[in-house]
Amino acid sequence: MTSNCRRPEHTAPPELFYNEVEAKKYSQNSRMIEIQTQMSERAVELLNLPEGQPCFLLDVGCGSGLSGDFLSEEGHYWVGVDISTAMLDVALDREVEGDLLVGDMGHGMPFRPGTFDGCISISALQWLCNADKRSHSPPKRLYTFFSTLYSSLSRGSRAIFQLYPENSEQLELITTQAMRAGFGGGMVVDYPNSSKAKKFFLCLFAGVIGSLPKGLGTETSDRAVSNQVQYSGQRCRFKGMKGKSAKKGRDWILEKKERRRRQGREVRVDTKYTARQRKPHF
Amino acid sequence: MKLLTHNMLTSHVKGVTKGYPLLIKATEVKVNEVEFNPQFVSRMIPKLEWSALVQAADELGHRQDLPVELVPEYEKNEEFLKKVHRVLLEVEVIEGCLRCPESGREFPISRGIPNMLLNDDEV
Repeated sequence: MTSNCRRPEHTAPPELFYNEVEAKKYSQNSRMIEIQTQMSERAVELLNLPEGQPCFLLDVGCGSGLSGDFLSEEGHYWVGVDISTAMLDVALDREVEGDLLVGDMGHGMPFRPGTFDGCISISALQWLCNADKRSHSPPKRLYTFFSTLYSSLSRGSRAIFQLYPENSEQLELITTQAMRAGFGGGMVVDYPNSSKAKKFFLCLFAGVIGSLPKGLGTETSDRAVSNQVQYSGQRCRFKGMKGKSAKKGRDWILEKKERRRRQGREVRVDTKYTARQRKPHF
Repeated sequence: MKLLTHNMLTSHVKGVTKGYPLLIKATEVKVNEVEFNPQFVSRMIPKLEWSALVQAADELGHRQDLPVELVPEYEKNEEFLKKVHRVLLEVEVIEGCLRCPESGREFPISRGIPNMLLNDDEV
């Protein structure tokens, strides 16, 4: 996203980082525009909206309206919220079709219950994880955001967040607060084996049990191998798992079976089929 | 800010129980031409607070012949849907402010964008 390797959240709070200069990049840098559009496309795909129906959507961290434009192209109506007036000014200049609001995600979403058919957010959620003021408590702000978002979504709709998580602690912080707020769902990782193409999408379901969509670039490789490779790649990246394996991975299942054997329970023999990916059913 | 958005907006200031509907004080209003999509309008009507919509349209002086009560069987009534479409999506508040009915707190609207940022003590 940025030309240097540092994370933007460590430079300044979003309303200062996204000033006129940065905002200009979003309207002129074709590569930036292309990436943002691609991610918006994938987010809408993950939203799983009913076919051929114009929906009313929320775009959190809409910025200059790149993602919003894609929503309009798909025939949807949307409301965008952003904290940076410079970015929203660019959106106005670009004459986006959605309605815009200046707001802080951490203050909560100011909408009536059941307003939206869905929500997308591109490259914004990680900003909530940093305390930009002494009065900020990231877990509290995250919870305020997720709980008000949950209520403003109609039952059965989804919220898709493309984000750049800094580490596993941050991911855990985010998912914990989202679950506390009532959401179901989880992370979808596209192209997990490519450091360049890898993208994280937090898929949250409001009030419905759904099966998590599959990440892109995970189907082609051999089943058993892909589980291992995918898994060890994540393990190297995220160190702070408190010595335990990631939930539901093959290692976690083998460990759990060992535990239960030690407890004296009857446990099936470990074979090559143990922890095999099954088709989602429900 | 279009009236569709206004119909969904509430005050989210801590301690406020009835922050809806926000009263509109507009100094500049614009009417655009927006493509009519009967399917979308029909789907939005059940989500609306009808009385708040009528009140808002009145406050802006753009109510025209929008009925006070929701017309039954509106899905096929194209004339009615067109009236709703105009009020929801074509009337836009450019400058003014939104006032909380309970606390009187004002959210300014500038260039069509309401500012919903809260102060530290309001969160």
